[in-house]
Amino acid sequence: MLQVDGLTKAFGGFVAVNQVSFAVAPAEILGLIGPNGSGKSTIFNLVSGTLSPTAGSIRFEGQEIAGRPASEIVHRGLARTFQIPRPFRKLPILENVAVAAYFGRNGRIDRGTAVERARAALALVGLPGDPDARTDGLGAAGLKKLELARALATQPRLLLADESLGGLDHGEMQQAAEMLRRVRGEMGITIVWVEHIMGVLMKVVDRVMVLHHGETVAEGLPADVVRDPRVIEVYLGRGHAGA
Amino acid sequence: MKAGWPLLGAALLLPPFLPISDYTLHIIILVLLWAFVYTSWTIMGRFGLVSLGHGAFLGLGTYVTALLWNHYGLTPWAGIPLGVVVAVAVALVIGYPCSRLKVVGHYFALVTLALTEVVRLSIVAWRDVTGGSLGMTPNAVPPESIVALQFTKFTWYWVALGVWALGLVVWHRVDRSMTRSAMDAIADDETAAAAVGINVTLQKLLVTTVSAALTAFGGALIGQYQMYINPDTMAGVGVSLQIVFAAISGGMYVILGPTVGAILTIVLQEFLRVLFGTRCIGAAATIYGIMLIVFIIFMPAGICGVIVARMRKRRAVAAAAPAAG
Repeated sequence: MLQVDGLTKAFGGFVAVNQVSFAVAPAEILGLIGPNGSGKSTIFNLVSGTLSPTAGSIRFEGQEIAGRPASEIVHRGLARTFQIPRPFRKLPILENVAVAAYFGRNGRIDRGTAVERARAALALVGLPGDPDARTDGLGAAGLKKLELARALATQPRLLLADESLGGLDHGEMQQAAEMLRRVRGEMGITIVWVEHIMGVLMKVVDRVMVLHHGETVAEGLPADVVRDPRVIEVYLGRGHAGA
Repeated sequence: MKAGWPLLGAALLLPPFLPISDYTLHIIILVLLWAFVYTSWTIMGRFGLVSLGHGAFLGLGTYVTALLWNHYGLTPWAGIPLGVVVAVAVALVIGYPCSRLKVVGHYFALVTLALTEVVRLSIVAWRDVTGGSLGMTPNAVPPESIVALQFTKFTWYWVALGVWALGLVVWHRVDRSMTRSAMDAIADDETAAAAVGINVTLQKLLVTTVSAALTAFGGALIGQYQMYINPDTMAGVGVSLQIVFAAISGGMYVILGPTVGAILTIVLQEFLRVLFGTRCIGAAATIYGIMLIVFIIFMPAGICGVIVARMRKRRAVAAAAPAAG
């Protein structure tokens, strides 16, 4: 479904992502882990069109999307969430999601349908309360849910989820992880998930890719990756050895 | 408020039949035509695209129409659309790179400010054709001519009323469209807006071209009505500031805000003109500037914005009272 080859992004002399290649199969959940500054979010920015790569290829469902505008990539069926939630503060909660439902489909649906899809997405992520309320009243968990609802409302086939568990308590983390499982299981959406909360991530993903200084360190099944000496050295630490 | 619309509509049918002076009718026509221009500005201004270049679009609409009429005898019925096309083309030439390069806020205001001065200075420099800073008068075909779009005040009142209503309809339609939500999202966060599928450049250009087209249309009509056009009053930075001031003071987030702004600016303009005569050139512009500062500091939502906010608050209190009781 997603094929990334030789992806490179340099900011002047600093190479944030260096010759990274990976593939994601339909309905798979790929975990992307690594220390801060390892290039995870940059890869998301490159795949989602927020940034243009310096070199490399990104093919989504067989089509080259590297360097294409972010809005066009959404229309092709690839959505993302942001590590730090970016709600539209001028819009009520429901409209935040409705605008995604409408423009995510490139305006091919009417406003009524967009609002219905927005309600469904809000219900799916379990965002309670008055949908006409402003986003100012949402806490960290609420804003994360809003991010996810907005991305799902675009009806993607591939979701890039950037640290969906950040700022959540233990119970909320379990709920969020369960929700991602359902998104994949019930909706058939492929997911690439960047996360630091290893305990939850490893239980959900099918495969893991580990990045360090913009390069791939390891890739494979979660059980194998956590035993990889290089992964233990650069990211997990000795405490995870033999986990 | 909904009940007030038919009342307002009925009241607006009366002026030509009332025993009012020609001068009063003239002021009402000017208010309606300028209200249309101010409403056109708010179609993009309300989304944070603070253009100081609308003097340029106004001037292009006005001068293209008048020049084609005077030099080629082309009826304003064709001249006005051509003026609108030229204004839209200029809006695209400026708007596209601004959008692609994320020129926003102060920088956008400065780019558009430069545009309005380029147009004004071009008109002044092209003196042999445009009359330069002395201005020009469209060739008159008295007393009334549909082909020349030259009418008596009685007819002009209905034209101005229709055009003003058109401005309100367009404003309302934009306000109720998904473009409004998209533009609000873009004003908040362009990157996040693009990440939900909003084509930021397309949406910005959409509101910019609609706004520029309507402004050029309004400018052409004002020129036809006044039968005298001048680069300082129809194309300069002074006009751009007048448009921004009127929209902000009246309230750019409320449909009738720009109209209230037009009443304020036109009446103030006339008052200052009578007060100072030719003794203190620039007094009006100075007072505009001071009032703009005062409004931005103390009443950023404008007169109508404050009224609407108070009405909402009162309604909320009234709704809460029975529940509390």
